[in-house]
Amino acid sequence: MKSSRISRRRALAAGTAGIVGAALPASARQNPDTTKVQGPPGREVGARSPFEKPVRTAFSPARTATFTPLQDLDGIITPSDLHFERHHGGVPAVDPQQYSLLIHGMVERPTIFTLAELKRFPGRSMIRFIECSGNGGRAYRLTTPTAELTPQQTDGLTSTSEWTGVPLATLLREVGASPKARWLLAEGMDAAVMTRSVPIEMANDDALIAYGQNGEALRPEQGYPVRLMLPGVEGNASVKWLRRIEVADQPFMTREETSKYTDPLPDGTARMFSLVMDAKSLITEPSYPDKLEGHGWLEVRGLAWSGRGRITRVEVSTDGGKSWQNATLDEPVLPKCHTRFRLPWQWNGGEAVLMSRATDETGYVQPTTAELMKVRGPNTQYHFNNIRAWQVGADGVVRLAGGAA
Amino acid sequence: MTCATRIAFTLALATTALVAGTLAQSQPPARYGLGRPATGDEIRARDIDVMPDGRGLPPGRGTVAEGAAVYAARCASCHGKDGEGASAERLVGRNEGDSFAFATNPKLVRTVGSYWPYATTLFDYTQRAMPFQRPGTLVPNETYAVVAYLLFQNGIVKEDAVMDQATLPKVVMPAHGRFVVDDRKGGRAIK
Repeated sequence: MKSSRISRRRALAAGTAGIVGAALPASARQNPDTTKVQGPPGREVGARSPFEKPVRTAFSPARTATFTPLQDLDGIITPSDLHFERHHGGVPAVDPQQYSLLIHGMVERPTIFTLAELKRFPGRSMIRFIECSGNGGRAYRLTTPTAELTPQQTDGLTSTSEWTGVPLATLLREVGASPKARWLLAEGMDAAVMTRSVPIEMANDDALIAYGQNGEALRPEQGYPVRLMLPGVEGNASVKWLRRIEVADQPFMTREETSKYTDPLPDGTARMFSLVMDAKSLITEPSYPDKLEGHGWLEVRGLAWSGRGRITRVEVSTDGGKSWQNATLDEPVLPKCHTRFRLPWQWNGGEAVLMSRATDETGYVQPTTAELMKVRGPNTQYHFNNIRAWQVGADGVVRLAGGAA
Repeated sequence: MTCATRIAFTLALATTALVAGTLAQSQPPARYGLGRPATGDEIRARDIDVMPDGRGLPPGRGTVAEGAAVYAARCASCHGKDGEGASAERLVGRNEGDSFAFATNPKLVRTVGSYWPYATTLFDYTQRAMPFQRPGTLVPNETYAVVAYLLFQNGIVKEDAVMDQATLPKVVMPAHGRFVVDDRKGGRAIK
């Protein structure tokens, strides 16, 4: 089973220029026999092979969001420099020596913590996804039978990291949060001074005040030096560059949780605080712009995740949903985390439609586009976890297939 | 001390140490004693939020006419001369019958007047994040004024309205009451 059967036209789709070899160091091109020349010595900071050029792409000149190249990645961890970005006021440059977190409001002891003090608390690391709740809008609204869109372009606003920090519950106990507290406000120190209200139950569950990402400090675009990390919850609520937490008895009704990040419903209402991300999966290989070369075996691969716990099953269909087979799930299968699924598949050269369907530990099954659209309406704004389909043409060309499948 | 006795004694010591160690670590302390008390000034410097009941609104006031001038000078270049939207989103406009069929009708306009459920949110957001190129630079009177102007433009308050700590929380937005709590719970239901 070799992926050499899949020709990668991805460098072109990602917008990176030209022939890969052109960007290689001269020595790599002139000395193909690596056994006859000493390689370079070690370096202080490593870099990717010059043959590998995954990039985050943006789809607007303002670059307020950049998308993870899901089709270029293996496993479940997103390299930190490829973790998707979404910010509403750019990426602030925060000096960790000047940084402090204020917790106040309905607490016995309003307190200011330095970064060093936050790091003295008993910590915790956990591998969890973050997904923007606007992720997947392109696939949901697809009106053409097929589209030349990559997994990155439809769903690249999801990434997984190992996050390290202090449980928010520990800090709330430290400051003596009132038993009457119901909500808290998380506020960032970016130019948007981003704010979201968080239910106190969520704060006391598995919320983390995170300072680490994949073994090192947070990346600036992920909230350096400190962010809120709410596992399983729409990314916007995990406020980055966190400067303040105010404990209160009611939600603050910020702009982000009223005029944005609410879900209009067909009955003429709109859902508020729809924080948890429902189960979702996506085939990342093969996908656009792959072209299958030659018949035979290859592996269908993808990611599944749920904001409500562990993925218990991923089914794959190669006939447009008429029949389904259970995919293998790679260990570890963690709660609220990307899970890698795999299924060997023999392509006989004909047309095929590949789909994946995730089930989580609550029994929730990822809906079809039609099922989701029925309860949300065609013009709803967020939470697009409908089944994705890829059409394989008789010529081997793979394209995103109509969302209505 | 015989060899056996010594072993027994050592074991006893080790057990004692183990028990003591376990006891010392089994219960985390109620507090770790980290951090320092925040002063009132420190809290006031960061505590800029405004809640729907008006908590957090600063002293000050602003009229629709004053707001028109602030809007023209600080907002119109991005949001359009009359709030119709330009490089930044549209702020002004209502839908016929205040329709809230946003999920099914892509032609509806989403504005402060058609979709925002609380007037206090407009103050909070304008104060913290606007104008986009110089966020947080409007003084409270300017913010009250531009909020009054936008509420008037959206047909929500009268032209002689004055916005302040008392009046703003009393403004009832057309979208108020249109929002529902999240009823998704996992399981088989698709909601």
